[in-house]
Amino acid sequence: MALQMEFRGVTKISGPLVFVEGVSDVGYYELVEIRTGEGEVRRGRVLEVSKGVAVVEVFEGTTGLSTTDTSVKFLGKPLMLPVSDDMLGRVFNGTGEPIDGGPVPFTEDYRDVNGLPMNPYSRDYPNEFIQTGVSAIDGMDTLVRGQKLPLFSGSGLPHNLIATQIARQATIRGEETSFAVVFVAMGIKHDEAAFFKRSFEESGALKNSSLFLNLADDPPVERLVTPRCALTLAEYLAFERDMHVLVILTDMTNYAEALRETSAAREEVPSRKGYPGYMYSDFASIYERAGRIKGRKGSITQMPVLTMPNDDITHPIPDLTGYITEGQIVIDRDLHRRGIYPPINILPSLSRLMKDGIGKGKTREDHGPVASQLYSAYARSQELRQLSAIIGEEGLTEKDRAYLRFGDAFEQRFLSQKFDENRDLETTLSLAWEMLSLLPESELTRISDKFVKQYYKPK
Amino acid sequence: MAVKGKIRKISGPVVTAENVSGLEMHELVMVGQDELIGEVVRVEGDAATIQVYEDTVGLRPGEKVEGSGMPLAVELGPGLLMGIFDGVQRPLEVIQSLTGDFIKRGIKTPALPRDKDWHFVPLLKKGDVVSGGEIMGTVQETSIFQHRCLVPPNIKGKVEFIAKEGDYKIEETVCRVSTGKGTVELKLYHRWPVREPRPYVERLEPSEPLITGQRIIDTFFPVAKGGAVAIPGGFGTGKTITSHQLAAWSDAEVIVYIGCGERGNEMTEVLLTFPEWKDPKSGRPLMERTVLIANTSNMPVSAREASVYTGITIAEYFRDMGYNVAIMADSTSRWAEALREISGRLEEMPAEEGYPSYLSSRLGEFYERAGRVKTLNGSVGSVTLIGAVSPPGGDFSEPVTVHTKRFVRCFWALDSSLASMRHYPAINWLTSYSEYTDYVESWWNKLTSNKWRFQTLKAMEILKREDELKEVIRLVGSEALPEHEKLVLETARLLREGFLQQNAYDPIDTYSSPEKQFKLLSVILSFHEMASNAISKGVPASRIVSMPMLADLAKLRMSVENERINEMDKFQEILSTEIKRIMEAKS
Repeated sequence: MALQMEFRGVTKISGPLVFVEGVSDVGYYELVEIRTGEGEVRRGRVLEVSKGVAVVEVFEGTTGLSTTDTSVKFLGKPLMLPVSDDMLGRVFNGTGEPIDGGPVPFTEDYRDVNGLPMNPYSRDYPNEFIQTGVSAIDGMDTLVRGQKLPLFSGSGLPHNLIATQIARQATIRGEETSFAVVFVAMGIKHDEAAFFKRSFEESGALKNSSLFLNLADDPPVERLVTPRCALTLAEYLAFERDMHVLVILTDMTNYAEALRETSAAREEVPSRKGYPGYMYSDFASIYERAGRIKGRKGSITQMPVLTMPNDDITHPIPDLTGYITEGQIVIDRDLHRRGIYPPINILPSLSRLMKDGIGKGKTREDHGPVASQLYSAYARSQELRQLSAIIGEEGLTEKDRAYLRFGDAFEQRFLSQKFDENRDLETTLSLAWEMLSLLPESELTRISDKFVKQYYKPK
Repeated sequence: MAVKGKIRKISGPVVTAENVSGLEMHELVMVGQDELIGEVVRVEGDAATIQVYEDTVGLRPGEKVEGSGMPLAVELGPGLLMGIFDGVQRPLEVIQSLTGDFIKRGIKTPALPRDKDWHFVPLLKKGDVVSGGEIMGTVQETSIFQHRCLVPPNIKGKVEFIAKEGDYKIEETVCRVSTGKGTVELKLYHRWPVREPRPYVERLEPSEPLITGQRIIDTFFPVAKGGAVAIPGGFGTGKTITSHQLAAWSDAEVIVYIGCGERGNEMTEVLLTFPEWKDPKSGRPLMERTVLIANTSNMPVSAREASVYTGITIAEYFRDMGYNVAIMADSTSRWAEALREISGRLEEMPAEEGYPSYLSSRLGEFYERAGRVKTLNGSVGSVTLIGAVSPPGGDFSEPVTVHTKRFVRCFWALDSSLASMRHYPAINWLTSYSEYTDYVESWWNKLTSNKWRFQTLKAMEILKREDELKEVIRLVGSEALPEHEKLVLETARLLREGFLQQNAYDPIDTYSSPEKQFKLLSVILSFHEMASNAISKGVPASRIVSMPMLADLAKLRMSVENERINEMDKFQEILSTEIKRIMEAKS
């Protein structure tokens, strides 16, 4: 191992970055300890190194640092996180240090938080249905074990409620094992974090959860390592302790802002909206840590939450996320305004792995066709709703009016459910058939006659 | 002589080395104690800038940099098929056995298996005069693929020795050629630099369609063998499923599939499903004609940049054997972003949206490597290039889409509004185009007694009319339309639901033979003709539209198998009787 060296004085401080001259034998991405004039110790990592000069990103921010009184120590290794089973039921800060008053986890096992890319050849394909108890998700955009499925939300929408409801209710049908939850807060408000903590406590899930909290007033740069620390623990639990881990990352928008801040301080060439050109690769290094591995029992399922700036789904943050994740659940302001909970708009929502997690032997044979029919019927009802706003219902055919009735019922009865209502799949599917039975039989073009005969019951 | 120097600076995947005068542009280098693989991208005085194909965490200034004396190249020979490689052609299966389920750094392993025996059948004789590109002999690589072992392109001379038929490993010499500059030993494989297009005699015009079994593509926007296509689409529009379908069903002899900066689970899906899918012609697993290159989004970004070149070079190699090759690159946007990222690290002056100014010329060079050619050995081979594009926010005016459009002649525009209606494949029939239609027309006409072009034009006209009528309906409602227009709406619906839509997961619907495509379209169009005749005679459109048989017509694509398309004739007869009955009831 390389010698640990301490340097007094730095050359330049800019935003979250510190430039140190006269260094030698410093490695890229290596961990750094920074001591302020008052003796406070902060941590950081090397972002760029050339002969004699290192650029260090300080996790806790550079407030209070001066060029003369600061000393910098290079630790000769990347940021490592101790991992153990005891970390369940505990609360940590954004760099993995306990903040619940408990002891540091006792273990010799330290892992590099940056992780390593999973070999695509070793991956096992996710195909086990997770029942979340939420009809809009189970019925229309099914979550499977090992998937990464984000919630695309906006400020003021109930994404936190939905995320906790899923964390609380998620089960695999026919299995007793529940999920271990790794909860990652990035730049969220204190009361939001308190809400998550309380609801985990109330449901008894806390003993099976690890919380990594980087709150809104914590240093933004620390946010860049928070998800990596949490996922390092998740990988340990999933692939070495055989657990099924659900990782909730909230809010990725704050993470991206921190990324932009550091990039700007390094004077990099920006791409869209000032975000760095490597944001896609950076996101991927987080999201791609979900999955399953052949021959290992555990799995990592990710549910990142992000708030779309100005509800714009084409903004770089949701856009790049959508290209990496296996679908998205879109939370809709209009549905929310109309008092529908959960306000999930199924039209832009998608689960790419759904097809492999449903059907005969997994959910029910008619699940796929029913979901497909509901989609197209709901899309049609939305089109007709706009049309009838212009020409009035009188201008519509009887068939069109059936679609309008379907659309209303779908929102009021299928989508809507209570925060503590846990619907099993049978309930969801029979509700779905109730909705389809509002349409004439000839409209069910996506479902084979066999299922129509069995389940279609018009009033 | 290998050049040796030291690392001066590290910034992400880009490393600057000093004291390395003599390194060449695009030379392969080993970086640091772990000997990470890199490629020289800039030379300046005695310094060189290197893009490193592996994670650079922990590298230190002062560590060694060593040149290899040769450019980044791929190994071309038996053992490519059924393989899955990373962006610089390292076999992922071997990497797994070396480092476990996670990829560690500094792995050195040859691309092609060294210990495997191949049964070589010689075609040359002692004393033959050979030149580059000629076939030395053959190896039955998989049950459906005969590998033609080629003399490397730059060699010319007289055969001194040719191995007898028998089993050989790829490092064994199977042929010796005396050239003007001495004797050269030829093995079953040779190396070729990825950034240099392989030579051919001349380019030929495309003439035959690449049949994909996907109706909207083959019938409306066909691509010719040797053509270049772009599939742009925002996320969730089904780019990947479309690419998978093409890889599975295209009637090319070899498929090269590049997963460039995409999801790990998607590559896993390919690995799991391709072996299950059978070639419609031979009944053998499709995997036996497929080469996979996987550089997922969390693997190093510069290897992503290299992966498209690795893929296209392999494709050209199979083309040179006289085969038709189809290559899918999913997604070229990730490649362009990798260029941007590296360009940013090199502190180059950016052009549009931070992309380097050479984006367009790189795209052009890449797409121009597609084509139908006369190979060096006189046979005809082709590379059809299908590039997926992932425009940010689904906006087709962004630089990668715009520049790609300049170099492709076929454009399958994926549409998010179709995708949200679960209309798959979500290829928009109004904004897509193909310039290959004229080239492939005679092929189709032969198959359909000259009716193909007429029929597709007719169907497209109905779809276009529907689009115009939608505007009218928005103002006055559908009830106010004239009877004939109501029929247009119904036929357009049948075309959309019964023809354009195609379910990749339905065992019958997933692949439509050209004959089935033609017949299906003619049933729908003949319905339109009969019905419009009936309406002219005063039958109300509502009587026609409410015929229960139309629901079956929309499902014909899923109920009639490729081998039994005659059932559609029967269906058409019953339909015509039914319409006649309605007409009689009226009068």
